[in-house]
Amino acid sequence: MTVGFVMLCHEALNRAAQVARHWAERDCPVVIHVDRRVADKRFDRLVAAMSGYPNVTFSERRRCEWGTWSLVEATQLAVDKMLHQFPEVRHVYLASGSCLPLRPVEELKAYLDRHHDVDFIESVTTEDVPWTVGGLDAERFTLRFPFSWKRRRRLFDTYVRLQRRVGFRRRIPPGLEPHMGSQWWCLTRRTLTRIQDSPERAAHERYFRRVWIPDESYYQTLVRQHSERIESRSLTLSKFDFQGKPHVFYDDHLQLLHRSDCFVARKIWPWSDRLYDVFLKGGDGMARRAEPNPGKIDRIFAKAVERRTRGRSGLYMQSRFPNRGWENGVTCAPYSVLHGFGDLIEDFPTWLHRATDCRVHGHLFGPDRAEFADGQRVYTGALSDSVDLRDYNPEAFLTSLLWNTRGERQSFLYGPRDTGGILSLMVADPNAQISVVSGAWAVPLFRSAQDFAAVRREAARLQKIESAQLALLRSGQTKARVRIWSMADFVEAPMEPLQSIIDEIGTRAARNVSEAPTMVDLTGFGQFLQNLKNEGMQPHLMGDFPVNPNYDPAPAEPRRRPYLMR
Amino acid sequence: MSLTRLYALRLQRKRWLVRAFRKRRDLTPLKDRTRSIRRGHILVASTVRNERIRLPYFLQYYRALGINHFLFVDNGSTDGTGVYLAGQPDVSVWYTTASYKRARFGMDWINRLLRQYAHAHWTLTVDVDEFFVFPFSDTRPIRALTDWLDASSIRSFGTIMLDMYPKGQLTEHPYREGQNPIEIATWFDAGNYMISRNHRYANLWIQGGARARAFFPEQPWRAPALNKIPLVKWHRDFTYVSSTHMLLPRGLNLVYDEWGGEKPSGVLLHAKFLDTLTEKASEEMARGEHYAASAEYLSYYRTLQNNPVMWCKWSERYINWRQLEILGLMSKGNWA
Repeated sequence: MTVGFVMLCHEALNRAAQVARHWAERDCPVVIHVDRRVADKRFDRLVAAMSGYPNVTFSERRRCEWGTWSLVEATQLAVDKMLHQFPEVRHVYLASGSCLPLRPVEELKAYLDRHHDVDFIESVTTEDVPWTVGGLDAERFTLRFPFSWKRRRRLFDTYVRLQRRVGFRRRIPPGLEPHMGSQWWCLTRRTLTRIQDSPERAAHERYFRRVWIPDESYYQTLVRQHSERIESRSLTLSKFDFQGKPHVFYDDHLQLLHRSDCFVARKIWPWSDRLYDVFLKGGDGMARRAEPNPGKIDRIFAKAVERRTRGRSGLYMQSRFPNRGWENGVTCAPYSVLHGFGDLIEDFPTWLHRATDCRVHGHLFGPDRAEFADGQRVYTGALSDSVDLRDYNPEAFLTSLLWNTRGERQSFLYGPRDTGGILSLMVADPNAQISVVSGAWAVPLFRSAQDFAAVRREAARLQKIESAQLALLRSGQTKARVRIWSMADFVEAPMEPLQSIIDEIGTRAARNVSEAPTMVDLTGFGQFLQNLKNEGMQPHLMGDFPVNPNYDPAPAEPRRRPYLMR
Repeated sequence: MSLTRLYALRLQRKRWLVRAFRKRRDLTPLKDRTRSIRRGHILVASTVRNERIRLPYFLQYYRALGINHFLFVDNGSTDGTGVYLAGQPDVSVWYTTASYKRARFGMDWINRLLRQYAHAHWTLTVDVDEFFVFPFSDTRPIRALTDWLDASSIRSFGTIMLDMYPKGQLTEHPYREGQNPIEIATWFDAGNYMISRNHRYANLWIQGGARARAFFPEQPWRAPALNKIPLVKWHRDFTYVSSTHMLLPRGLNLVYDEWGGEKPSGVLLHAKFLDTLTEKASEEMARGEHYAASAEYLSYYRTLQNNPVMWCKWSERYINWRQLEILGLMSKGNWA
């Protein structure tokens, strides 16, 4: 007893011939169907090439069009021929011209001997099929499809819509429960004979002639009536991508295919010389009994589909430029925006870097240059600190920085003096953790030696900017995590906000927080605010700051040391 | 986009086609082997001027990718470029002394050749200092890619032009004929690109990289465009609009995904920054035949006088396409 191969071919006939010879030489009869659309000259050449092989025959040619009955008809003709001409065949294996056997035929024969009464065919009810593309699954069986999908797409779609609208439904013949599955199966002679000889065959054919893609459902449905043992999986390794197009194998898949332990793979790129050479060379004589295990290949192709449909979050490049709201993540990693802290605490980036070990930049969007950590002029990915380059496209600057530093948490100072345009992106970004001490921008003014009129003008300008920024941060659309303290509250209890920032960054936190940050000297700040008020400007973002010139802000010491030392 | 705008684009495309037709008189065949182009052949089209020293490696590189035929326009070379090309078995070459600028920087000539010889062929339009890298290009020939694109009903394939530069001054390592220029210009900027949409043509406009960093830090808007669509299954009605940055009809420019996914894309390694550039820059300055009054060359020229170092501590050393894909400079998309 042996296995016979039915091959459906329409291109790369030389490869099909190579594979057919391989099987024929190993005592497996082959019946080849060549698409009617293939030029006669090429067909004749194939026939001539196979003339030395008595166990290779050709079935009557049909014009095959994807998605139509013609494919099933071609299969039936070839299967008939196989069953009648080669009585020694117990299993019929349906393959295509671009299939390649991965394991020696002896192993396949042994495997089928062990499963001599089993039909290997993927056969799943429509409710359980996840792979259909274009939304036609159950409707494949209940609508009519007289128009070609490939050539008459618009008519096809219109007619489907029309039938849905008027509620047309075909009657499924009694006793049939529609099943679908991979086109490539391996069935026993017994099952095939029962299907071909069934008294209801004519009725079933009439029905399936008008079903959409019957090659994925005709045998898949009928085996449920006639088979005694179904293994619902295909012995052919064949993967489809998200558009329903088969994945193709190339020379560089050699190792993967080897390790898959599948019997046959489809589809092979016809110029993959190495694959054909290696796999058709014949076995190494070591008959293995391994079960097919396409897991690793599945993962690779699943990842490819994932990449095509969801992509890498936070990446903007020549073939991924999502519309607003479709980014699957505006940026690629969480980051902290520290608004106002730099004005209140001496050398805050250094302190925070020590406390958290994350990368803390100065004012990345500062007016003079992009203040990268450690005073670098160029940063990861060769980002320049040039203000003009950065402000030419601040969104690209920030998303690139985060993309370039994947794996290392980034934080940076921000404030009303910085480039404003970037804030709307950060507000819409769930990765942004924005902590604000409002009104802190006044501290550098307070400490500057400018004349007071200029200070007053600048204060009014900054307050206006920051008010708008706070309104944006507090608006309903904010997706960033935002926390806002007034400067007065912060000065009262500085460790609480700082602790929450450190917790949020969350890298082996607190271990190094042995030293408290140094707050700038605010003696006289209350009076400074009062002077601004006296000049007619109302600084309101700082909260309630006592005017008392002797006011001494709380010492900036960690109050809850035990909590910090956890 | 309104119907009038669309119609204007159609007229524009027709205009470029007519222009390309008129410019046919500029071109005199030095050697026409186009009769040897067979169905399914993959072509390269390119305009050259005094690139003799670069040609041997260029041809070697693209033959190894699986290119079947080369179409060249030789724009007034005086260094034997034309003779050399005419001697190659898989090259057709046309000669012209007409103005590069008035042929829309060579694109009229290229459009003409593509319309005449590239219809229904996958065609790669590149300069001699551009080296096409695509996913799996180290293990699969270019035909594997074009077959896959055909099967996926995709007509065009996008890239970013990646400026490559040496470590140290440009003049430090002179280029030898036949040498892989990427051996010298091994470094590139990995993550400083800026992208925006050009709504008129629906293409992306990418700037940045080493050129923006080193030559245009104060005038980023003048930095050259890096988006290129060099590989197209050509149809006689297509036309390149401006260099290979964009095409008409504009559907061909949609080489990027707008809904979060990644389409497959490649990279053009741009080996312009070699010692040969210094000479080139002064020559091109004198000719004034380049884009925007040769502003780009003017900028190079000024900077090059000080023999600059483009390399920086964060420059990335080129290894292979997989590295570029990990860096996010190209993508396999759903090709696996």
